[in-house]
Amino acid sequence: MSLDPATVRRIAKLARIRVDEAQVPQLQAELNGILGWIEQLNEVNVDGVEPLTGGLTMAAPLRVDAVTDGGIAEAVLANAPDRADDYFAVPKVVE
Amino acid sequence: MTYTIEGNTGSWEVVVGLEVHAQVITQSKLFSGAATAFGAAPNSQVSFVDAAFPGMLPVVNAEAVAQAVRTGLGLRAHINLVSRFDRKNYFYADLPSGYQISQFEKPIVGAGVIEIELADGSTKQIGVTRLHLEQDAGKSLHDQHPAKSYVDLNRSGVALMEIVSEPDIRSPEEAGAYVKKLRAILRYLGTCDGNMEEGSLRADVNVSVRKHGEPYRTRCEIKNVNSVRFVMQAVEAEAARQVDLWESGGTVQQETRLFDSARGVTRPMRSKEDAHDYRYFPDPDLLPLVLDEAWVADLASKLPELPDEKRARFIADLGLTPYDAGVLVADQAAAAYFETVAKGRDAKQAANWIMGDLFAVLNRTGHSIEDSPVPAPALGQLLDLIADSTINGKIAKSVFEAMVETGDGPEAIVAARGLRQVTDTGAIDAAVDAVLAANPDKVADYKAGKDKMFGFFVGQIMKSLAGKGNPALVNASLKQRLG
Amino acid sequence: MISLSLAQARAALRARQMSARELTTAYLGAIEALNPQLNAYVLVTPEVALAHADAADAALARGAARPLTGIPLAIKDLFCTKGTRTTAGSKILENFVPPYESTVTANLLRDGAVFLGKANLDEFAMGSSNMTSAFGAVANPWTRLGDNRPLVPGGSSGGSAAAVAAHLALGATATDTGGSIRQPASFCGIVGIKPTYGRCSRWGVVAFASSLDQAGPLARTVEDAAILLGSMAGHDPKDSTSANVPVPDFAAACARGVKGLRIGVPREYRSDGMPPEIEALWLQGQQWLREQGATIVDVSLPHTKYALATYYIVAPAEASSNLARYDGVRFGLRVDGGDLGELYENTRAAGFGAEVKRRVLIGTYVLSAGYYDAYNLKAQKVRALILKDFTDAFEHCDALLTPTAPSAAFGQGEKMDDPVTMYLNDVFTVPANMAGTPGLSVPAGLDAQGLPLGLQVLGRPFDEETVFAVGAALERAAGFSAVPRILAK
Ligand SMILES: [Mg+2]
Ligand SMILES: [Zn+2]
Repeated sequence: MSLDPATVRRIAKLARIRVDEAQVPQLQAELNGILGWIEQLNEVNVDGVEPLTGGLTMAAPLRVDAVTDGGIAEAVLANAPDRADDYFAVPKVVE
Repeated sequence: MTYTIEGNTGSWEVVVGLEVHAQVITQSKLFSGAATAFGAAPNSQVSFVDAAFPGMLPVVNAEAVAQAVRTGLGLRAHINLVSRFDRKNYFYADLPSGYQISQFEKPIVGAGVIEIELADGSTKQIGVTRLHLEQDAGKSLHDQHPAKSYVDLNRSGVALMEIVSEPDIRSPEEAGAYVKKLRAILRYLGTCDGNMEEGSLRADVNVSVRKHGEPYRTRCEIKNVNSVRFVMQAVEAEAARQVDLWESGGTVQQETRLFDSARGVTRPMRSKEDAHDYRYFPDPDLLPLVLDEAWVADLASKLPELPDEKRARFIADLGLTPYDAGVLVADQAAAAYFETVAKGRDAKQAANWIMGDLFAVLNRTGHSIEDSPVPAPALGQLLDLIADSTINGKIAKSVFEAMVETGDGPEAIVAARGLRQVTDTGAIDAAVDAVLAANPDKVADYKAGKDKMFGFFVGQIMKSLAGKGNPALVNASLKQRLG
Repeated sequence: MISLSLAQARAALRARQMSARELTTAYLGAIEALNPQLNAYVLVTPEVALAHADAADAALARGAARPLTGIPLAIKDLFCTKGTRTTAGSKILENFVPPYESTVTANLLRDGAVFLGKANLDEFAMGSSNMTSAFGAVANPWTRLGDNRPLVPGGSSGGSAAAVAAHLALGATATDTGGSIRQPASFCGIVGIKPTYGRCSRWGVVAFASSLDQAGPLARTVEDAAILLGSMAGHDPKDSTSANVPVPDFAAACARGVKGLRIGVPREYRSDGMPPEIEALWLQGQQWLREQGATIVDVSLPHTKYALATYYIVAPAEASSNLARYDGVRFGLRVDGGDLGELYENTRAAGFGAEVKRRVLIGTYVLSAGYYDAYNLKAQKVRALILKDFTDAFEHCDALLTPTAPSAAFGQGEKMDDPVTMYLNDVFTVPANMAGTPGLSVPAGLDAQGLPLGLQVLGRPFDEETVFAVGAALERAAGFSAVPRILAK
């Protein structure tokens, strides 16, 4: 599987990273280099193997339902690049 | 009485499936300890987890899990003892982490069923595909500034159940009945307050149309419809739009749309993602959700009686008609009110009073049944006064109105206003005699065969007794005198 | 004063032979002298350090010493520190001041540690050379004999390793997703341990790849590393993947010895391209352990070869999602655009460096529709096979011995031609991340150019004690006492 320029642009869009047209060929080459190297996994027979998704094979711990957090609007908003009163502000979104 | 749309090329069938997002009743959020209460000051119920600050991690709320299991049990659905949380990745202003934690491959609840009741008295089973837990997004306000949207993350991370139906729904009425029934079940279970105005229950409505016998055609999803009426209107409007489109040689595009309730039409969402590619994968911050079978059994044993069971009991044990039973169980508070009134009394009579006089009063005064001006025990006492012949049925109506106005109990009103029934046969006989004496011509008519004169006499006698005459005694006396 | 080990300094503090303020001041002075040259710290916090030191002195005066009272540490700038800027080595967080303290650093503060400042790192911990930091490269305190050109300290915890090796801190926090503690330890001639996944809380640590990230210490001796890990570790209910197991006395385990232990040597780690010096050192290590009473056994980890390729699916996939939160809305850099979509794209284009972008794009691709099964699901299955390899191997032995890295430190700017060449640095360390097992690197010798080389000890999950015992045995036998020339001046 090898990426064409359109796919590079598409995944950059999905990842919300602006990629200028001039960068596409180099990115394409680098990504294909990595993906080509990953192809070696095709040699491995994984028939009947259960996928391992996490670092631990146990069950999720559950927490008691109680209000233990929140009430810290000032701290939550303190790092915001743009805030309006107690809201985060972003360029207008049209639904 | 199947619902069809008659187009130029023949009749069309509507196919509807619903995805309902129900806010889970919990104190705190699905993965954080911030509160869930409605209407708080902006960003005041937000933890660093909900705002997706660097290094913040989710921990599952046990009660949210229990509520999802209760709901699954209430939908007679399969409970998956092992489920998993996945990330659904997309960028949006009110989605702080850039992904929603949801359940994609392995939901906590599998297939179930909801039985809906229709106006013609028939019922229909609608399949439930699955129920999964997921977090809500925050809220964007678009009308506060000409060039900016404001983001409030109070909702961000609140636990939702997404309940997905099979495409078994075939009419606006069925769609409405499904939402109503689901809402009733959730309220009975205490797992969602069902408040659609506050957004606790929202429906995504998937609509397609087809000619009878055809496979499914392309569907459109109408997002976030927030009332039962709008769900019905949205189905109707969208189905009509699609029929027009197909019949004019067009093609329905799979897309998400919004229902414009002011204009009664659906329109495409403008802001939707260019490419839908959610890149689901298991959330590595969370381990599999593993439920203990005994714990699930314990929740099952503590489940309250649900609408279907209650309806069946009202019909079988209390002798109500299926229609009356259905109306009463639709609202848990109404059913509870009814049970209080009906206990040890004539259930049919109790149902008639509640569905007739009481509902009319509630409608008129804008009260809910929980804060009814006539509490259930007071209505019960009123029925007792009828049963023991203290008052007659007609007087009872005016006593009831007085109860609404004054808030007093029925005995006090009857006593204060002297509404006790006249059971003194002497007084009744005298009243009968006086009426007959005053209307010799009508007596003659009656004797000549005009039977309906009897009713006229009863009316006159009751009038002279100020309405308080015991109907049975009046009848008996009259009959005797007329021979 | 700054040449003492952590254990020695702790004893001297408790004996009141020096004060915490004196020790901290000495370290701050050393930082001032050498950090301009090494760039090991991205932020030095003298006020914070002296406040911590004074509190430590007060505690010592009260006789209320905790395990780390008065011990000056460097904190990898991936750990959120309350009120102190935390950047993850990225421009996108260049002004981020966390309003919370990570669990690991809170544990260290609870135990009396002094924080000197924030250590440089590869951006978002993605790298093996510290060349990807937005705050400039870190120079390894070591240089080749007769050659003053700067070498890399390894990565991603390169700033932490350089600081410890150059005596700019007594120890440091670090994180290891594919080798980021052990490879810099090997390159800088110090000790580092990546504990079992779940041993240290990830809460408050900027995430790279959640199922692989583990915090651990860098230190100058095995015992020092054990002392630090003892404070860093522990169950944290705020991290669902934190293991609810007791923390043993790691430092005590260092003295256990290896008599009777079976040490596995995985045959698949012998690669054709392995430099002879590293091969020789590995054999030497086996001999040292044999001499101390261990048995060396040949074991097989058949899927070793595939661990790195698996890693380069799993880690970017998780990273692409973990880094979606850096969107210019709630914290960090914002670069405006015509609309919200452009704001996102501009912010992330300007805020992320080339390596981070590459990995986010790879991760986005392998998760995208139609490719999930081919890449991600396949990788998860191979990961299961790698774990099974370890489980099987530990049936036959108590610990594994391997080289830490396939080479000694290399020059800044070397191995930069294509990303895969750089990735190969982690070939020996990555399998332990895939399996979640603990791994320790201990300096064992110098190569012909005078650069340190490390040996790696891998253990069973939650058996760091055996890992420390073996590491300490190697340390005793190696008698590694060399220091970078920068310290001799
Ligand atoms: Mg939906
Ligand atoms: Zn949903």
